[in-house]
Amino acid sequence: MTEAFLTRADAPTDVPLKRRLKRAERARQFKALSLVLPLLAFLLFTFLGPIAGMLWHAVDDWEVRQVLPHTVAALAAWDGKDLPDEKAYAALADDILAARAAGTLAIAAKRLNYAVNGFRTILTSTARNLKAQPEPGTAKETLGKINPAWRDRATWAAIKGASGPVTSFYLLAALDLTRNVDGAIVAAPPDQAIYRDVFVRTFTIGLSVTVLCLILGFPVAYLLATLPAGPSNLLMIFVLLPFWTSLLVRTCAWIVLLQSNGVVNDSLRFLGLIDAPMRLIYNRFGVYVAMTHVLLPFMILPLYSSMKAISPAYMRAAASLGAPPLAAFLRIYLPQTLPGIAAGSLLVFILALGYYITPALVGGGADQMMSYFIALYTTETANWGLASALGALLLAATLLLGVVYGKLVQGQQVTGGMKN
Amino acid sequence: MEGSMVTPAPALVRFSGIQKTYDGEHLVVKNLDLDIRKGEFITLLGPSGSGKTTTLMMLAGFEVPTHGEIYLADRPIKNMPPHKRDIGMVFQNYALFPHLTIEENVAFPLSVRKVNKAETQERVRAALRMIEMEALAQRRPGQLSGGQQQRVALARALVFNPQIVLMDEPLGALDKRLREQMQLEIKQLHETMGITVVYVTHDQSEALTMSDRIAVFNDGIVQQIDRPDALYEHPVNSFVAHFVGENNVLAGTVETIEQGYCRVALASGGSVMARAVNVASNGAATSLSVRPERISIIMDGATSEGPNRLPATVQSTIYLGDHTLAVLEVGGNEEFMVKLQPGGHNGLRQGENVSITFRPEDCLALDPV
Ligand SMILES: Nc1ncnc2c1ncn2[C@@H]1O[C@H](COP(=O)(O)OP(=O)(O)O)[C@@H](O)[C@H]1O
Ligand SMILES: [Mg+2]
Repeated sequence: MTEAFLTRADAPTDVPLKRRLKRAERARQFKALSLVLPLLAFLLFTFLGPIAGMLWHAVDDWEVRQVLPHTVAALAAWDGKDLPDEKAYAALADDILAARAAGTLAIAAKRLNYAVNGFRTILTSTARNLKAQPEPGTAKETLGKINPAWRDRATWAAIKGASGPVTSFYLLAALDLTRNVDGAIVAAPPDQAIYRDVFVRTFTIGLSVTVLCLILGFPVAYLLATLPAGPSNLLMIFVLLPFWTSLLVRTCAWIVLLQSNGVVNDSLRFLGLIDAPMRLIYNRFGVYVAMTHVLLPFMILPLYSSMKAISPAYMRAAASLGAPPLAAFLRIYLPQTLPGIAAGSLLVFILALGYYITPALVGGGADQMMSYFIALYTTETANWGLASALGALLLAATLLLGVVYGKLVQGQQVTGGMKN
Repeated sequence: MEGSMVTPAPALVRFSGIQKTYDGEHLVVKNLDLDIRKGEFITLLGPSGSGKTTTLMMLAGFEVPTHGEIYLADRPIKNMPPHKRDIGMVFQNYALFPHLTIEENVAFPLSVRKVNKAETQERVRAALRMIEMEALAQRRPGQLSGGQQQRVALARALVFNPQIVLMDEPLGALDKRLREQMQLEIKQLHETMGITVVYVTHDQSEALTMSDRIAVFNDGIVQQIDRPDALYEHPVNSFVAHFVGENNVLAGTVETIEQGYCRVALASGGSVMARAVNVASNGAATSLSVRPERISIIMDGATSEGPNRLPATVQSTIYLGDHTLAVLEVGGNEEFMVKLQPGGHNGLRQGENVSITFRPEDCLALDPV
């Protein structure tokens, strides 16, 4: 019977074996897909959608295009070397009158004000003083008279630069860059050039917190992995404890502990170690302490899982081969924990990059990270373009790190001899 | 208990009154005294849980004796850390470092000893040539088969010319054919390199094949230390007789003892003459031990001389290629094995009544089980 079956399966039938396999697999794949479908839909709605929206907002430039459509059209052919011709002035007057009637002028004014400080005043004064559409041929003169800024090439260059549909304006601004009158990319004026500093600060804090977590977490993970089950489980509960309290509560606890007349300062003063209270909070120190505390479990858990997989036989083998404890640790143990170190560091670093609440509560003005500015632009000033551009750059940096991590881990692929 | 005839070489390792407990309640190793001579291949043989690994770990320095002292070349080593003992070790699961290549694994003991590059390269190459794995030098342990990993572990433990090499059931994870091949290879390495090997196994045939001397462990106590042939021919107690080689047991009571022989009344009736090895006095209970190949079957009705003749019933015969095994019922023991020579007694039928006979010197009266 077996023989007959085999013959049938091997025999060339009308349907090739490959296609039959595919058909059989397809049903299975379909079932698997239907199981993850709810999650996929959820992710699409709450994660991918917003990210795509953010990326689009970072380059979208719709305001001027919508409010001043004729001007944008008239400037399309303008070479930017001289003042634009009469037609553009007439179109602008036309657009301003229409926008004033529709009440949409403020939208364009806000966008143009990002590009040239004071543009809002130019537009509103022009709108106020422009009674009616100027006689044909006199638009240039009329507008120039109302506001001399219209005789300035830079004013027109700003409109042309903001005429969309997409712009590099926000992304450049997020990098402390801007375009000059001739459209070349130049450094932004010093009073607006703050974001590189913020990026450097964000990455410095992220990196410092990661290193602190690694230094503090490594020995704990080692203990967890090597202690007998009883003490190890107890220790694990302590490690996981922070997960059971809210981030806000934990951060506020640090405020109570670290403030000028807080527990730490009072104890130190009581012991006579210091005379005046030390400044432990509302500065970088407070940020490091609170963030390291919050993020520590994210370092310990991946480290623990990589250490748990290392058989004690390796260290014994190293010792029997003549390696002193330190050499055995550095050459045998440490390299095998690298995947855990990489995973934990990546996790902590990426989480730290996005930190907002903790630095906002326990940091000073010079300790605010990128998310603070993103929140500021979305909730306070409603500058969606800049907020999105900052977010997009942060995302790009994070993705880059992810790729580097992937490469590192791939190169480190280890398969143990202990596993057979 | 020492049965060796050779003049003993000076002891390289001496276990003196060693006791070990993990939990503070019961001793895993009880009063171990053991000398290991320079250049010999000594095997610790015993059932699982008898304390062999613990003994090895104390020698390697990974466990501390609860009591007693271990001497290495006449120096006590209780407080010497493992990496200074100069003892190579092959672990049961090989413990090859997974993140290093085969070459780096073998070079590891040399590089921690700061041997210079040229010499390291030379010695690693020689070691890999010895195990015939030069071609795989750049692979990782995970890419090798079990047997290959075993060879690398061996090369790694030998490359730095340690005073002693310890092996803890190194072949336990291999299939039978590979195991037998590796047994020969290890034995050859031992002979050509002249190193001292302490080998742990629970497989008595492996121990018999490879060892110069065997220490039989049971329940934390060394039962007997002897050459393989002496162990097989002259076991000192029932445990050793039973654990080393095939063995038939008959229970009985000592009637008389004289000149090293005794007459034993079997529990099932009848009596036999046996060598008095481990019996106390007249009237004491004893366990008789007879090897399957020392027994002849006599078809019923045939006559024979000799004092030991017992009735038996054929249970079955087992064909094993080079010989056939007859399973008989003798004196209540239903698994009494007799090794038949090829061609002989082909006509044994199940349920047939026959007789067995054996010489008194082949039957040992030992402690009762
Ligand atoms: N690290 C340990 N902790 C507690 N008990 C152990 C430990 N190692 C071995 N034992 C116990 O000691 C006894 C002897 O073990 P072991 O020396 O490994 O025997 P063998 O190698 O002969 O099988 C066993 O009962 C085992 O459970
Ligand atoms: Mg063992």
